[in-house]
This record gives sequence, structure tokens and C-alpha cells, in this order.
Amino acid sequence: MSDSSANSYWKANIRLVLSLLFVWFFISFGCGILFVDALDTIRFGGFKLGFWIAQQGSIFVFVALIIIYIRAMDKLDGKYNLESSNEKETASSQENSK
Amino acid sequence: MSVQILTYIFVALSFSLYIGIAIWSRAGSTKEFYVAGGGVPPLANGMATAADWMSAASFISMAGLISFLGRDGTFYLMGWTGGYVLLALLLAPYLRKFGKFTVPDFIGDRFYSQTARLIAVFCAISVSFVYVCGQMQGAGIVFSRFLEVDFTTGVIIGMAIVFFYAVLGGMKGITYTQVAQYCVLIFAFMVPAIFISIMMTGQPIPQIGFGSELTEAYGGGYLLDRLDGLSEQLGFATYTEGQRSTQDVFFITAALMFGTAGLPHVIIRFFTVPNVRDARKSAGYALVFIAILYTTAPAVAAFARTNLINTVSSAEYEMVPEWFSKWENTGLITFDDKNNDGIIQYVGDPETNELNVNRDIMVLANPEIAELPNWVVALVVAGALAAALSTAAGLLLVISTSVAHDMMKRTFMPNISEKQELAYARISIFVAVLISGYYGINAPAYVAQVVAFAFGLAAASFFPAIVLGIFQKRMNKEGAIAGMIVGFTFTAVYIIYFKIINPAADTADNWLFGISPEGIGSLGTVANLLVALAVAKFTPQPPAEVQEIVENIRLPGEAIPR
Repeated sequence: MSDSSANSYWKANIRLVLSLLFVWFFISFGCGILFVDALDTIRFGGFKLGFWIAQQGSIFVFVALIIIYIRAMDKLDGKYNLESSNEKETASSQENSK
Repeated sequence: MSVQILTYIFVALSFSLYIGIAIWSRAGSTKEFYVAGGGVPPLANGMATAADWMSAASFISMAGLISFLGRDGTFYLMGWTGGYVLLALLLAPYLRKFGKFTVPDFIGDRFYSQTARLIAVFCAISVSFVYVCGQMQGAGIVFSRFLEVDFTTGVIIGMAIVFFYAVLGGMKGITYTQVAQYCVLIFAFMVPAIFISIMMTGQPIPQIGFGSELTEAYGGGYLLDRLDGLSEQLGFATYTEGQRSTQDVFFITAALMFGTAGLPHVIIRFFTVPNVRDARKSAGYALVFIAILYTTAPAVAAFARTNLINTVSSAEYEMVPEWFSKWENTGLITFDDKNNDGIIQYVGDPETNELNVNRDIMVLANPEIAELPNWVVALVVAGALAAALSTAAGLLLVISTSVAHDMMKRTFMPNISEKQELAYARISIFVAVLISGYYGINAPAYVAQVVAFAFGLAAASFFPAIVLGIFQKRMNKEGAIAGMIVGFTFTAVYIIYFKIINPAADTADNWLFGISPEGIGSLGTVANLLVALAVAKFTPQPPAEVQEIVENIRLPGEAIPR
């Protein structure tokens, strides 16, 4: 693989990771901690919204973020023809371990 | 059948399952011993990671802590799950691509320095020891209460079991026993939760029952409103409102997240899958499996708290159920009839409160408090042991690989054969089991507290070093070493000062920026990061071949020849 395509692959990767981490920070530290009291004024069912995000909602979001990441990276690998085949990988890791 | 006989049956069955798996999956080579041969399917690795991760603290202590902390308990929930986002996005795929056996392997090679490797070994061993003592203690509590053996005997039984399958199977044995242990522990956690949810709210899914209305028998109204009301009435803090300062909760959450992503026993699990794609996938599976327990835990906490207050508050002491006196025998529930009226006054004011309930027992006592069938109680015991033993095994493996692989093979005795290395690995697990058993018996603090320190230390030492090693090509050995030393020392000194040297000063007024010792690891992480970047700026670039390693781990497939 050429240097320039390795470069743009890495840049796309960083963009993806940064945007997912932004959501991660916003939901956990933002909604779950910093703005929790304001969100608590909203209620649904037996929950105050802030309390729910802090104790349940954020965890569902974390799961979703990782799933989005896995999907997006698979796509990105496909686009750059980087799918890691088992044979290649095993061969190279055996070499590494020597 | 009595609870005791059922418990013996369940524990014996689950233990023989683990031993059977260990015999079936004996390790023959160092590669099998360290990384299970690198051929674990992502689904199995996800389960093993979840069991590895969810320790006695998650299973036994967490819901109990939350039920006493209310909303403040949030930092455990978000911290111990949010860290997986960091792990999946920033570490797991790259470390898999790097493709060696241990975390010190990565640190030592990436920072081309034996000093860095040895610092990493030191950090890995100290973090894992602190953590494993908590597991042994958890196993001890369970044995002493439910099998009614002496606490010390309990710890020794736990040690013997872990020792057997860790020594025999190494990572391979541990991986497949952890898969079995995950199934046992999640089943054991969910069954009582579903039972209690149906009983109290008529809703079979605990996550929904958490926000539902109570049944007539429990007085109706939303569960959380009722719990807030009860808490206020008795003078406890309102359940759904926070008591700790926002910045403290913020920093504790951050410390637990960074720590999660920096714990060596979790990281090495990602070395066991066949390739990078599977590493990403198994991080996803792991969090799904963990989230099942972690979204149930706060519901269990609220149910348990409501139930406890309903059962014991203003009850006559003579009339309390059997579980109460059994826990009293272990000293984990204490009742002191201050006004001699024979009635339990359970209130927020310490002057008049007569009841003390140890937080660690809530999950274990919960099925009994809710009067669930005996087999459910027995199941919970088996689950708690699965949680404690699976984590202990993972940690012991880290200690053993650090000694046999990183110290012996890679540093001091590079010429030993694979067979000798394997023998050293087995001997060091044996020694580690003995030491951790000793500290499990003579332990300094509560399970969850002990574990919280391990997170601070992992956060401040490994997490920044690994992230910089991957994302900052310019990062050199001087920067990484300085960062790790500063981060680790700062965090360790702060914790030791407030917890051991001067516990009387452990109040919010004396804390740095209002951050408690539990949360200081996040500041240690920042210190590590800043020191590393600053030092690297004024010292020479890493050599070209190291920069090539970095280029190489950033790409998932192709192996660029070195």
C-alpha cells in the first residue's frame, strides 16, 4: 500500500474516532454529570431524564458507539482493501513472536 | 432442600465444570499459555473478556454500593462501561496488530528501552496484585457466609481452584473457563433480578421495572419516587439526587474509564483473537455482555434498597427473618438497640440509627430479603464465586507473564528455552497465588475500595503511554518513561497519603481541586500525558525502525516487512 493512501486511511480513521469520542464525552460527562440536574426536570415514566441517562442510557449509547465503530471500520478497511485475512495475519504474527 | 445443601451442590457443579474445561484445554506452548494460541473466536473472547472484567466488585459489591449511594453510584456504572469505548477505539485493534504477548512487550518495544519495559512490568504487577487481593477477599466473604466455613479456609479453597486451572491451562484454560464463568455469573445475576422485578413491579425486564410503578402489595406509585420518599422520611439522602460535588463525580468517572482501558488483564485478552477485525468485534461483544449486567445493577440496587427498608425499618428485632441473624453472625450486619425498645430504628441520623448494613452484602442478601426460592440463593453464590475466580485467574496470568516473559525471557535470561519459560510462568503463578491469598486474608479495605485503587494506578501509568505510543509517532522513550513515572508516583502517593498515612485528613476540604483519592487517577493520567509530551519535545526523535512499527500497527491487514 502506498504512503499516501495509508495516510488518508489513517486520517479517515482519526476523524471517525474523534467524532465517536465526542458523542461519548457528551453523553457521559455532559448529560450524565454536568447537565444532569437540568435534565432531571424532564420526566418520562418513573424516571428523571438525567438520572436515567446516568444510570442506564449512557451504557446503551456506549454499546451503540462501539457497534457503529466496528461497522464503519469494516467499511473503511474494505474501501482501502485492508481486510485482514486470517492467513496473512497469522503468518505475520508468528514472525513477530520470534 | 435447605439453602446450604443446594449451595454446596451448585458450587460443586460449577467448580467441576471449570476443572473439566481446564483439563480439556491444557497449554503445551508459551503461545498457548500466554495468548491461548491466538485463535480464540471473537464471541468467545467477548464472553471471556466480560467475565475477566466483571469481578467480585461488579457482581457482589457494585449494586450494593449503588443502593447506598443512589445517584452518586453512577460513576461506577459509567466509568466501568465507558472505558470500553476508549479500549475499543483507541487500544484494542492496534495492540492486536502489534501482536505480542503482554503490555510490557508493547511498551518495551515501542519505546525501544529495557527501562520502559521494566517500569511497565512493575506497574502491571502492582496493579494486578492490588486487584487480585480484592477478588480473594470477595471469594472469602462468600465462602464464609454461605458454606459456613472459616474466612481463611474460604480464601484457601478459592486459591486452590484458581491455581489448578491457571497453572494447567494458562491463557487457554483461563479463556474457556471464563466463557463458562460468564454464563454462570450472568444467569445468577439476572434470575433474582427478574424475580424481584416481577414481584415488585409486575415487569419481567428489570431495566423497565426500574422505572415502573410498584404493585399494590408494595404500596403503588413509581419505584423511584417511593424510594425517594422513604429515604427522605428516614433522613437518608434522596436516592435520585447526588451528594458528592460535580467535579468529584466527574474525576472519579474519568479515572475509572481511563483505568478500565489501561488494565493489563483486559488488554491482553485482545491478543488472543486471530486478527484486528476480530479484536474490534470482540470489544463490541464484551461491552454487550457487560452491559447486560451493568444496566441491571442499578435496578437491583433500587429494588434491594426499597426492600431492605420495607423489611427492617421499624421491625421488631425478635421477629426479623432468618437471613438477618445469619448475616449478624458474620458481623456484616450489626444491630445496636440504643433506646432499648426492641424495634429496629433504621434512620439517616447516626445518633439514633441502630442498624449498620455492610454494602458488600446487598446482592448476596437480596434474594433472601425478597424471600426467593432457595435454589436462587444458591445460584447467586455460585455466580459470585465465578465472578471472583474468573477475574483472579486473569490477573494472576498477567503477573505470571510479566515475570516469566517480560522479566526472564525479554530482559534477564534471553537464552532460556520455551520449556523453561513455561516452567517459570507456572512457578510465578504459584507464588502469586500464595501472596494474593495472604493479602486476601489480611486485607486492608473493602472489596470495591481496594479495586478502585487499581484503576487509579492503571489509568495513570498505562493508558497514556499506550495511547501516545500509537497516536503520537514522535513519542520517544524519554517522554514515555518520564510520563509513566510521574503519573504512577503522583497517584500512588496521593492515595497512600489519604488512605494509609493520614486517613483523618481524607475530607473534601483537603483534597486537591476537590478530587477524592478514588478520582485522582484521572489527574495522574493528565500529568502523565503532559509530562510525556513536554519531555518528548526536548529529546531526540525515536529511531526510524520504531517509527515504522507505529506506521505498521496503524494499518489492520498488510504486514510491512521490518
